[in-house]
This record gives sequence, structure tokens and C-alpha cells, in this order.
Amino acid sequence: MSDNKIEMIGVNKWFGDFHVLKDINLTVKSGERVVICGPSGSGKSTVVRCINRLEEHQSGIIRVDGIELTNDKAAIATIRSEVGMVFQQFNLFPHLSVLDNLILGPMKARGLSRTEATDRAMHYLERVRIPEQADKRPSQLSGGQQQRVAIARSLTMEPKVMLFDEPTSALDPEMISEVLDVMVSLAQDGMTMIVVTHEMGFARKVADQMIFMDSGEIVEAGPPEPFFTAPKSGRCQKFLSQILQH
Amino acid sequence: MKLLSAFLILLTLSGCASSDVWGWYVIDPTTKSGWINIKFLINGMGNTILISLIAAFFSIALGLLVALPALSHRRWLRIVNRIYVEFVRSIPLLPMLFWVFYGLPIIFKSMGLNIPIDPFWGAVITLALSDSAFTAEIYRSGIQSIARGQTEAAQTVGLSYAQTMRYVILPQAIRRILPPLANQFIYIVKMSAFASVIGMQELTRRANELVVSEYRPLELYTFLILEYLVLVLIISAGVRWLERRMGADERS
Repeated sequence: MSDNKIEMIGVNKWFGDFHVLKDINLTVKSGERVVICGPSGSGKSTVVRCINRLEEHQSGIIRVDGIELTNDKAAIATIRSEVGMVFQQFNLFPHLSVLDNLILGPMKARGLSRTEATDRAMHYLERVRIPEQADKRPSQLSGGQQQRVAIARSLTMEPKVMLFDEPTSALDPEMISEVLDVMVSLAQDGMTMIVVTHEMGFARKVADQMIFMDSGEIVEAGPPEPFFTAPKSGRCQKFLSQILQH
Repeated sequence: MKLLSAFLILLTLSGCASSDVWGWYVIDPTTKSGWINIKFLINGMGNTILISLIAAFFSIALGLLVALPALSHRRWLRIVNRIYVEFVRSIPLLPMLFWVFYGLPIIFKSMGLNIPIDPFWGAVITLALSDSAFTAEIYRSGIQSIARGQTEAAQTVGLSYAQTMRYVILPQAIRRILPPLANQFIYIVKMSAFASVIGMQELTRRANELVVSEYRPLELYTFLILEYLVLVLIISAGVRWLERRMGADERS
């Protein structure tokens, strides 16, 4: 059994005629933090969404914790239970209280009792530093608080890998840091993470591996030091200079 | 209610102004014969309400059954839904009523089944069938209006399709489905008037019968319209109450 949490080998995906992912190869080891950046439409979100089968890939192999993603429903269920996901638009359940958002998965999918699930939920709400909001509805919270609840909701499933799909892109600027702080502390605890983001300060702080994507391809990949200081490809240089300028 | 009383006063006044046009004696509650006529007319209310309620119940159940295939990933299931909805929606109520009441028993008979269809069930079946195409569309749009992200989030916390529907999608969709569904009930109540042509003793039939014996169509049909008006006003007050409750729920 290898130490690889996620393996993508020669993965291709099309939306109709549009070739969104071109021969993607990516390996993420246990405890590793990978940050994916690139212009919009480059396929970076699609990579992440393929890993928990929100999108289906057409060729190549994707393995999560040694299990290959196929049409096998049981395999998909196992993989989803090990992979947490945080969305750009939070996707909290608006008809449920914060606490009920957090206990739904553990109770229905993991079979925990309400007391066990509540204990666990409160633990993770404290982890993201908003236990006092447990009884509120998501709509009563700020964007930053909602995203932290969404992170806590994923954590209550105790996943082995966390995927973040542009977690701060829908937030007002003053709320970005509270979400990033939570993510940094997760990284420090050794969580395996794949993060799609343009927050390069965050990337510099936590990334073990940087990936730059453009038009469906991985153009540049490597540790942050040469990636930020001496990117090899012209496209990556240009992209970095554009987003680092301001 | 203000509108209603204003309307009533206007009618009465115009009746006083030209007594040769209006003959309210036919439903004058102070005379014995007028009071009997009023009771005869209002007694149709029970059947109108009963037909509408039972038809609405079946329409709501049938509508959900018809709507579910529309949400499937399988194309042929969606096509089955489309054919049903387009077909049923395009048949006018009256021909459908004739077909169910006069035609369907012949089919039953040819199949060796002895299922008589009386005016009551003829009306209920027709109203339920005809309305189910509309309720199905209400369900479909209500469920589809819940953002895709909700399904995805439910999947990522490990919920199955059935659990996602039960705990995440339907509780949200029901808030959008219930008010238009209740609204649809008003249509059923109004369309139940067609049951009069197959002899069902409901509000319209009663008014028709009295017109034949009393020769007072203006007064009797005015009264009939007011009966429906009162009935529908009561239902729409209920719908508004429901909408307010749902809205308040959403905001909290």
C-alpha cells in the first residue's frame, strides 16, 4: 500500500466537444498540501470535482486512498465519505440550523446518534471558532462565517482528504483572512489538502506543491520555492505577475 | 369582503331602480318559497367542495408520480413525462369529462370489468387527471429550482440519492411548491362546475334546475357567481396565510 492519497494518471475529460482536462497526472501524498492556480476556465475546479466524482472523467485512472473511481456506486460512496469538499458558494442547507447542517451527514451517512453527532459538531464548530452560532440559520451569518461552517460540516465527516474549490472567491475582502486562518490551522494539523485558490500568500505559507493550469493542462508543477521565484513557462510567469502585482 | 359588499349593494340598488328587470323575490329569505330556493341552491356547496377536495388529493398524488420521471437522468423516462404532460394538458376539460363519463365505462365493459362511473366519480376522475399535468409541472419546477450545489453538498457529506431528496431537496422545494399547489385548488373548484353537465348535483347544476322552473336566470346566476366568489375568497385567504407562513419560515 503506497502512501499516495490521490493519484490521477492520464486523466481526460470532455464537456461535449470541449476538452476540459488534457492528460492530467497528479499525485498527492498523505499530509501533503497542493495548491492549484490558473486563469478561469483552465480546468482547475474540474480536477477537484473529478476527485469526488461530482464530475465524471472519460479516460485515465483516478485513485483515492488506493480505491479506483469507476461507475461502481459503492466505491464512489466510500471515496466520498473519505473526501471532504468546500465550495465557492458554501452550499450550506438554508432550511437547517448551523448545528443541523453539521449533524446531517454524521447521523444519516455514518449512523451516529444525535448526541454523538452533536458532540462532534460542537467540537468542529469550536475548531472554526463559531460555536455560539450553532442555533442560527446560515442566512443569519456573514459570508466568512458561512464558509467556516461549511468547513466544519466537511470536518464532521472526519475525511482523510479535504478539497477546497475557490473557498474565498465569493467572500468580501475583509472576510477572506478568517477563512484562510482556519485553513492554515488545518494544514498545520497535517490534513491532506487540495486547494484551488488565487490567494498566493496562503499558497506560499502552506503549499508543498504548486500547480499552474491553463486550458486544461498542467503547465507547471513543483515546490513553491522555484515556482514563485523562477517559474519556467512563460504562461505561468505572466499569470503570476498579474495576480501578484496588486 | 369590502368589495363583495359593495358589489351586493350595487346589485340591490339597481334592482330597486328598475323593479321590472330584477326579481329578487325568487331568493328572498323573508318569504317561505325564497328561503326554500336559497337552501336548495346552497345545498349544492357540499358536493362542489367534496368533488374538489377529493380531486385535488388525487391530483397532488398523481402529479408527484408524473413529476419524478422528469427529474431522472434517463432520457426515455423524461420523454414519458413530457408525453403525459403535453397530452393531458391539451385536452379541454369538457370533452375529457364526456370521454370519462360516457366512454370509459364502454372500455371497462369490453375488458369484462363491471365498474360503473357515476357523475360524482366521473367528475372527480376527470378533474384529477386534467389537473395532474399542472401539478406535475409545479413539482418539477419546484424541485429543479433548488440549486445543484445543494445536491452536490449533500453528496459530499455522504448522503444517498433518497436521503438527499428526503432531507435536503424536498424540504426546500415544498416551500416553493405549496403556494402554487394551493392556487391550483382554486382552479379545481371553478372547473368542478362542469360536473353539472353530467348531472352532478353541485352548485351550478342546482342553479340551472331552478332557472328552468323559476325563469329567473339573472338573479339565480348572480347568486351562483356570488357562491363561487365566497368559496374562492375563503380559499385564497387560506393560500395567502400559507404563503405568509412559508415566507416567514424562509426568512428566519
